[in-house]
Amino acid sequence: MSSFTVPTNLVASELTTTELNGKPPQASFQVKAGLAQMLKGGVIMDVVNVEQARIAEEAGAAAVMALERVPADIRRNGGVSRMSDPKMIKEIKAAVTIPVMAKARIGHFVEAQASILEALGVDYIDESEVLTPADEQHHINKHNFKIPFVCGARNLGEALRRISEGAAMIRTKGEAGTGNIVEAVRHMRTITSQIKRASAMNEDELFTYAKELGAPYDLLKRTAKLGRLPVVNFSAGGIATPADAAMMMQLGCDGVFVGSGIFKSGDPAKRAEAIVQAVTHYNDPEVLARVSEDLGEAMVGINIDSLPETELMAKRGW
Amino acid sequence: MVHTGDSQDNTQQVRVGVLALQGAFLEHVNILSRLPNVIAVLVRRKEHLSTIDALIIPGGESTTIALVAERSGLLNSLKDFVQTKPTWGTCAGLILLANEVHKTKKGGQKVLGGLDIAVNRNQFGSQIDSFEAPLNFANVTTSDTDLFPAVFIRAPIITSINSSDVKVLAKLEHNVGQTDASAVVAVQQGHLLGTAFHPELTDDDRIHRYFVQIVTQILNEKLKHAKT
Repeated sequence: MSSFTVPTNLVASELTTTELNGKPPQASFQVKAGLAQMLKGGVIMDVVNVEQARIAEEAGAAAVMALERVPADIRRNGGVSRMSDPKMIKEIKAAVTIPVMAKARIGHFVEAQASILEALGVDYIDESEVLTPADEQHHINKHNFKIPFVCGARNLGEALRRISEGAAMIRTKGEAGTGNIVEAVRHMRTITSQIKRASAMNEDELFTYAKELGAPYDLLKRTAKLGRLPVVNFSAGGIATPADAAMMMQLGCDGVFVGSGIFKSGDPAKRAEAIVQAVTHYNDPEVLARVSEDLGEAMVGINIDSLPETELMAKRGW
Repeated sequence: MVHTGDSQDNTQQVRVGVLALQGAFLEHVNILSRLPNVIAVLVRRKEHLSTIDALIIPGGESTTIALVAERSGLLNSLKDFVQTKPTWGTCAGLILLANEVHKTKKGGQKVLGGLDIAVNRNQFGSQIDSFEAPLNFANVTTSDTDLFPAVFIRAPIITSINSSDVKVLAKLEHNVGQTDASAVVAVQQGHLLGTAFHPELTDDDRIHRYFVQIVTQILNEKLKHAKT
């Protein structure tokens, strides 16, 4: 993993070229991670058809995630959840000008391959625990792809394992389809506090901590030095209100994914717009109060304690 | 650049705002903070505009930035600002500074305007067609061994130049997909600078220095004007 390059200027005064023994940063990773840098401060919205994609674009989404069913419906309907129909993805690509992402099952490298998502001109692939995993031990080797990947993580070890497999962007998992922010908060706080601990450690301690976290040592060392994840990190899974989104931003994420929270609410267009405003003005209580007004009904939501262990999506990923 | 004015000019601090509505604004701030005599300021409200000498509009999604600017009551103030104050747009920022934009979303998109050019959004296709290319950049690079490492991410290009005041600073130089090597990717029109690529995604701060130089020159001219 000595070839890993932190996206340039993601943080202040990060040494790059010279630190890597004079080797120039890898072109492909810079370009892959670069799109994630462009999405920062933005909202990526789950959409299941052209109409929703257009609502998302008009609301100011920085990208859309094209999928067959939003997580709340996946949860309700059960069964095996797979990659979306390429036809639907094509239609959404044609309907909007913002980047389009699509999900592949964990470990299902053929869903991600050139013949499918890459060839459709999808801009980012989400190797997602929201779909039914295809492999219970291995994730996709994302270095093999020209298209960038985003992956979910609950803790620092998981995030760094995904980055070492080639993910150019991370999102904290939360618990998708619940409309309940509690897991998103837990995962964001866990990662932040683990990074803080790592930053306070000397090298001897970092070796042990890497083993404890199951994280590649070099990436952990880099992360400890940066004081943040070495790629863009969004928050996901349970964001349903502008206040939820602003809270995740204040907790230190770079942007948010909103899945069921928008199109399972009473007035999707208005709520989507409000969440976009909340992510930009996350530190401005005046704006937050204004955009939170009169949004209609939020999605109902689920208490995560009431979900059986087997239905938790965040547990998928190894 | 040699100053002939009083010594105050040499140590003059320049306040450069970075529009922080969406996109890679912190990347610009991180480069600016390495430059001498530059203070970087995040701009999210119209009040912030009165505290800065110049503005950078970063990369991001131009539709998002335009919509958020409008809903934050910032669009008209930004339009006024770019009429007279030094402003640099990178990628999405270039699109927002163009007077004419093609390949926009359905129903079009609002822009600030200022540059007498037409741009094509997302010229090269989807992310898989994003690329890096070393470029000659007028006033910045000096030889073929000293090119600027340009990063193009779902980038626009400048398809036509509609005023003799617009100077071409950089071209693509090699064919990329369907796009000809002669495609213009950086321009300057007086106090406005536009690049289709992302200098903020590299460690090369020469274009940032060039922009600060434009700002300093304009400020000094104003100062001279005020004195005489």
